Parts: sequence; C-alpha cells; structure tokens
Amino acid sequence: MAYIEVNQEKVTQENAERLASVCPFGAIVVGEAGLTIESGCRLCGLCLKADKDGVLTLVEDKPSVTVDKSAWQGIAVLAECDGDQVYPITLELLGKALEMAAPSGAPVFAVVTGWKVSSAVENLRYYGADRIYVYDDSLLEHFEPLRYTVCVTDLIQKVRPSVVMAGATSMGRSLAPRIAARFGTGITADCTGLAIRENGDLVQTRPAFGGNIMAQIVTPHTRPQLCTVRYRVFDAAPRREKPTAQVEVMQAPDGLENLGAQVLDVLAKPKELDISEAEVIVAVGRGVKDEAGLSLAKRLADILGAQLACTRPMVENGWFDPRRQIGLSGRTVKPKLIITIGVSGAVQFAAGMDKSEFIISINNDPEASIFNLSHIGLVGDLYEVLPAFMEKVEREGLIL
Amino acid sequence: MNIVVCIKQVPSSSNVEVDPVTGVLKREGAKSKMNPYDLFALEQAFLLRERYGGTVAALSMGPNQAMEVLYEALYMGADSGVLASDRRFAGADVLTTSYTLAQCVRKMGKYDLVICGKQTTDGDTGQVGPEMAEWLEIPHACDVTAVDSFSEGEGAFIVKVNMDHSIHTVKLQAPCLITVDKDVNTPRLPSYLRKKRLGKAYISVWSMDDLPDQDESHYGLAGSPTQVERIFPPQVSDDRERFTGTGEELADRLYSLLREKKRI
Repeated sequence: MAYIEVNQEKVTQENAERLASVCPFGAIVVGEAGLTIESGCRLCGLCLKADKDGVLTLVEDKPSVTVDKSAWQGIAVLAECDGDQVYPITLELLGKALEMAAPSGAPVFAVVTGWKVSSAVENLRYYGADRIYVYDDSLLEHFEPLRYTVCVTDLIQKVRPSVVMAGATSMGRSLAPRIAARFGTGITADCTGLAIRENGDLVQTRPAFGGNIMAQIVTPHTRPQLCTVRYRVFDAAPRREKPTAQVEVMQAPDGLENLGAQVLDVLAKPKELDISEAEVIVAVGRGVKDEAGLSLAKRLADILGAQLACTRPMVENGWFDPRRQIGLSGRTVKPKLIITIGVSGAVQFAAGMDKSEFIISINNDPEASIFNLSHIGLVGDLYEVLPAFMEKVEREGLIL
Repeated sequence: MNIVVCIKQVPSSSNVEVDPVTGVLKREGAKSKMNPYDLFALEQAFLLRERYGGTVAALSMGPNQAMEVLYEALYMGADSGVLASDRRFAGADVLTTSYTLAQCVRKMGKYDLVICGKQTTDGDTGQVGPEMAEWLEIPHACDVTAVDSFSEGEGAFIVKVNMDHSIHTVKLQAPCLITVDKDVNTPRLPSYLRKKRLGKAYISVWSMDDLPDQDESHYGLAGSPTQVERIFPPQVSDDRERFTGTGEELADRLYSLLREKKRI
C-alpha cells in the first residue's frame, strides 16, 4: 500500500500553498491541521518533485511477487483479417514488433482467429513473422470478445509471449483489455511510441489529457505486457519475396458456444457522410473552376480514402451538398490531414479547419492567406500539379 | 431489470499543459463535470427501465468531490448511487479501477446489466468496461448503438454493436456489460423537482472495508501493474514550409510527402 506521508513539522505557509497548487487533482489541502493528502491523490508524484523542503515522502511497498521475466519471450501480434485480406493495422503492428525484436532476436508471432482464414494466413506469411498461430473455427467467424479471449488466452498460456500487441480497432479495444484482466496484467491504450528494454520491459508512450501531455508507462512486474496501437502510427512491415512464417494450426478450446454471447447477424456499414469525423479531407475552393478541376479533386480524395469538402461559395453555386461545407456556417473539422485545393483561406473557412493536424495547400496565388496556416504550401496551378501527381501515383503505385 | 451505470467525474477542460522547464502539470482551475459519454449510458438505462421496469443504480469511484456526479445522476433519474472512495484506491490504473468497480457491483447484489460510457474524456482508453466484464465473469459488447430487446424467457439482450466495418447484432446472456457511444440517444437533464424532493439522500459511500475482497494489494497503486514513469510535453512542430516550382516538381513534393505520412 503506497501513500504520501506529510512531515507536518516542515510545513510552512509558503511550501504548503506551492505544493497544493502543483497537484493536478486538487488532493493536497491546506487546513488548520496543516497539510493533508485527500483521496483524490493518484500518486502521480508531481508534488514530490516540487517538494524542496522534504515535506513529503512516498511510502511504498515493493510488490512481493515479481514474475520470472525470462519465462516470457517474444512479441505476439493479434492479427485482423477479412477474406484473404490482412488489415493494414496488422502489418503496421508487425512492422513495429519486428523492429523491437531485432536487437535481441526475440521471436515475433502473429495470432489469427477467425473462420476460413487460410488465404489470409498464406498472405500474412510474407510479412516477416517467425510463426503464425491459427485458430480457425466456424464459432470464430465473427468477432465476439469472450470467444476470442478464450483462444488468445490458450495461446498466451502455451507460447508465453512477453508482449501482446493489438490494434486500437473495434476488435482490439474490446478484446485486449479483457485479456489483460484475465492475466491480471497491464494494458496501455493508443501507444504512439514503443520500445523494449534489455530486461524485456516494454516502454509505452501515449498521449494523456487530450493529447496535451505524453505519458511514459511500463509494466514492470507482470507478464504479458499488452498494448493497443492506432492505425497509421507505425510503418507497415514490407512484404518479403518469400514467405518466412511457419504456420501452426491450433485447436480452438471447447465450449466457445456456451459463453453467453453470440453474433446473430452482420451488416456491412454504409459510408456515412460526416466530414467532421473524417481522418483525411480534400477541400476545394473557388480556384477549382470547372468539372475537370472537380474530378481531379475527387480522384485525389479517392486515392487518399478522403472525404471531399468545400468552401461556402462551392455550396452556393450548387456544386456541393451543404453537409460538405467547412467553416463558421458549415462544419468544423479536425482531420489528421487536410489538403486544400484552390482555397484562398478566408477567416470563416479557416475557423472551421485550423485545428487540423496537418495542412497542405495548393494555390497559385502566393499571397493567399491559406498559406499562413498551412504546414506545407505548394504555390502552383492545381491544373498542372494534380495531373502530374496522378501520373506519378499510377507510375509508382500505392502502398495500401 | 436491475441496471448499474458506471459514471466518472472528469475535468471540465482537457486544457492541460506541462511546463517544459519544471515538468509540472498546469491545469486551468479544478472545475469538473460528469464524463459526457456517461450521460448517454444513464439515458440508455432509463429507457430500459421505462420499457422493462426495475431500478437504475449509478456507481462511481473517486474522491468525495465525485459525489457531485452521483447527485447529477440521481436528479436525472437514477434510483440510488454508490461512491467507492478510499485513499487505498488512489493511484489505480485500469486493472485496479475495474476490479474495484466490479467488487462494488458484486456487493450491490443481483443485477442484469452494467452500462458504461464508451470511454472517458480524461483517461480516454475505453478499457475499464471490458475489464470489469472479465472480473464479473460476464459477456460484454463495446460500442453498443442500440438495445433492441430483452427476452425475459431467455434472459438475454439483443444489441447492435458498432464495429469498424460493420454492425453486429449480438445476443448477450444476462447479466452482461455494454459500453455505449455518445449520440445514441438524447440524455435528459437533471430534474429540479427530483433535486428538491430527494435532497442529499440515496448515495452510499463505500471504502475497501465494505467490499467483499479486503486484500489491500488488489487495490490502488499497490495492485496496479502499470507505472507511469514520467510525463512530458509532446513535441509540436510549428514549421511552415512553402514551395514553388513547376507542376511536376510540386507533384513530386506532394507525392513524397503523402508517402512519408503513409497516406498512399
């Protein structure tokens, strides 16, 4: 049982107020009895760092049981496939797993759960894993958290991987925490940085408090160490010339149908028109003058899997559905990437998109105000740049 | 139908910064509110109670101040509330938080359904729900957009689950746990009449001594497998670059940029 102890003799008005102000949880209270630590304390330790007078002491019991880390080796990636297609997130997890395993030569595994997955597994063999464990059973056709938990638990008990990685997808977010609780171990969601120490500890970095702060997290006393990672955070493993992975077919544990949950029906989702949720946006403005320009923008959006959006004049001239308008009188968007084409950057438009993570703008007017808020400004004629870009894409191809 | 809804008090603003020199967290004020996702969880519970009868109990864990969100839930329509509050719960990560909440649910007695918000706005992990379901040894579904029906005979719920590429219709045997996204319903506002009538009653505060498992090492920091080693400000690049050139040159620039960003 860890807690922070207050040495009341060293408390002064000055240091008490300073310590109270440092606490992000308001758990340090200055009262008549001196300084008290209330139950809001999350033991983040910030007060200990700010304490120059020795007022506070962290009283900590070391956990008496620490796992034998050497018994847990390698990195397991929980794969996601559909038909013969392996989802990009799986290849990205593999890419990171291979990079982390390289120094120690630790094995990298992929775990495939599903039904009729043999062609996806065959495809996955080319991406550098040492071994692929396959649970192929009609009861696993659709993702169901308990059934998949039982299979992955079986795998973890048999293979004992030190690290288990899952995508921050519908499946990963539902499955990985359940597994973590089953093993009484730690899980870190949405990691943006991962590294492995010599002792096998996984150093996980993730944004906290709405992304304004990064936290570095470890799971030092338990195994396996679980983490989830969002799409497009790490580089995908490249496809090898020859398949490297051995395939090991596993027997799905008995009783999957008796766990109290069953997927009755699956309906493909229609693509919804909601630009405010879009991850990538191509936005067009008045610089796009005709059908030809519009179809260039549409092709760019198709290539990027982006939503097409526009400025207000483009709605007024009837070219676009109002639901696609960005700006004060339209939607506010915050995509990871926005490419504006022929947009001048009026303040009303800018207010609806200036929080975007990365802004690329193409405009032939070097004075256009859109360039002031663009991370990358390309000063040129969209009717020249975009066709040349499409040609290059056709020549050199796409990764995804 | 007895429903437990897990709610959490979160900071009103996620506007926090780390002082790059001292490494100290700067948070604007100490204002807090109910995690917005939990409002939809509560509303889902009220709708089910209207259809099938029964009770709705709100459950939270946190310092005494978190009573505020339990009263808010009460005035919205909850029948009772429980706050798990104890210094021994401090420093809890996902594992011990979910364990503590699950212990509370066990103590609350017979229940059919636990509803959690899909995630919180401060922790932002969405992991407490599934972990609670594991501790309670019940099935769960994340990101439920609708509860279609409850069959008394079968003792099972039919729910719609929002997956990345599809909508699953899932049958969950009660008791079970679901998490709900925002915007799946329109949460009602707290009622002034309820506030006047109920006052400050109906909320219980439980410490570890009230829970079935009283082993300290299963709670708070002591029971948490993860450790935050340090926090630091993210690196933001405010670089602005501008390029001029021929269409071909700019196209090359765009291509390599999008490659680098793994978009093509």
